[in-house]
Amino acid sequence: MKRTHHSRNSLAAQVAIALMATTGCQQGVPPEALQLTSESLQQRQLQTRYFETDDETLVLQSSAAVLQDLGFNLDESETDLGVIVGSKDRDASEAGQIAAAVTMAILFGAYMPVDEKQKIRASLVTRPAGAEQTSVRVTFQRMIWNTDGQISRAEFLEDAVLYQEFFDKLSQSVFLTANEI
Amino acid sequence: MRKTLIPMFTCVAAMLLAGCQTNSRDQILQANSSQVQLRSYQTRAFDTVDREKTLRTVIATLQDLGFVVDKADATLGTVSGTKLDGYQMRMTVSLRPRGEQQTLVRANAQYNLTAVEDPLPYQGFFESLSKAMFLEAHQVD
Repeated sequence: MKRTHHSRNSLAAQVAIALMATTGCQQGVPPEALQLTSESLQQRQLQTRYFETDDETLVLQSSAAVLQDLGFNLDESETDLGVIVGSKDRDASEAGQIAAAVTMAILFGAYMPVDEKQKIRASLVTRPAGAEQTSVRVTFQRMIWNTDGQISRAEFLEDAVLYQEFFDKLSQSVFLTANEI
Repeated sequence: MRKTLIPMFTCVAAMLLAGCQTNSRDQILQANSSQVQLRSYQTRAFDTVDREKTLRTVIATLQDLGFVVDKADATLGTVSGTKLDGYQMRMTVSLRPRGEQQTLVRANAQYNLTAVEDPLPYQGFFESLSKAMFLEAHQVD
């Protein structure tokens, strides 16, 4: 009796270890990470505008100016391929989160980290599109760090209004109308 | 007997939980798969010699897949991008001419803190790229 009890215990321990070993240190890549989805086209339309000019350099210069207007510093540029990359570091604290953290501290004495700073990155790519046209596609993403210095959020910015506003500014800068696809 | 078993299992379990490496410096030149196998997952040949068009298409494909371009170099023929979607994925794509009629495209990616060495994600990438290029992606031996 005592013997079977013991072997059951060690079996359970072995199963637990085997499970831990298989889950291991690796996390798999989500299958959709490198696949086009139904949203890909929609995203592309949101992020792209056409200008009636074949002067790619003009569009790039105007784009760089708009990014600077918005407070971005340029990190990288490659005019031969029409690529400009910029970023800005900004405050990420939000009143709601701080209020919640203070409430937690007062009521339960619990510490809760809040979002502190964010890095917003913008990448803009121009491309000759047919005769007398140049397309511009801009993409934004941001990372947020909390007061513990951990990344609390890493996301792609998908807000349609954001892109609309950006292209409004760009069309003013380039003195041309930004046409949708 | 049982008394010795429990600490032993605890110790093994703790080692498993602590991770799989004894020296983090080993990571610098580490690759899990064999180099040849890895290259074949990561490389495809396209029937084109238009380097600039291929690079621009690679950039467009990365953008379609939700990547934000970090760097591009026309001389070197490389493009890097980062995708943030709750996780962080970085990818570098490089081009190289192959013979008179083909261009080799090689991609490598990291997902959070690990190298992507599974052939499936690369297959997904090359399928997307092949659609955007209007060209077939040939497997390279």
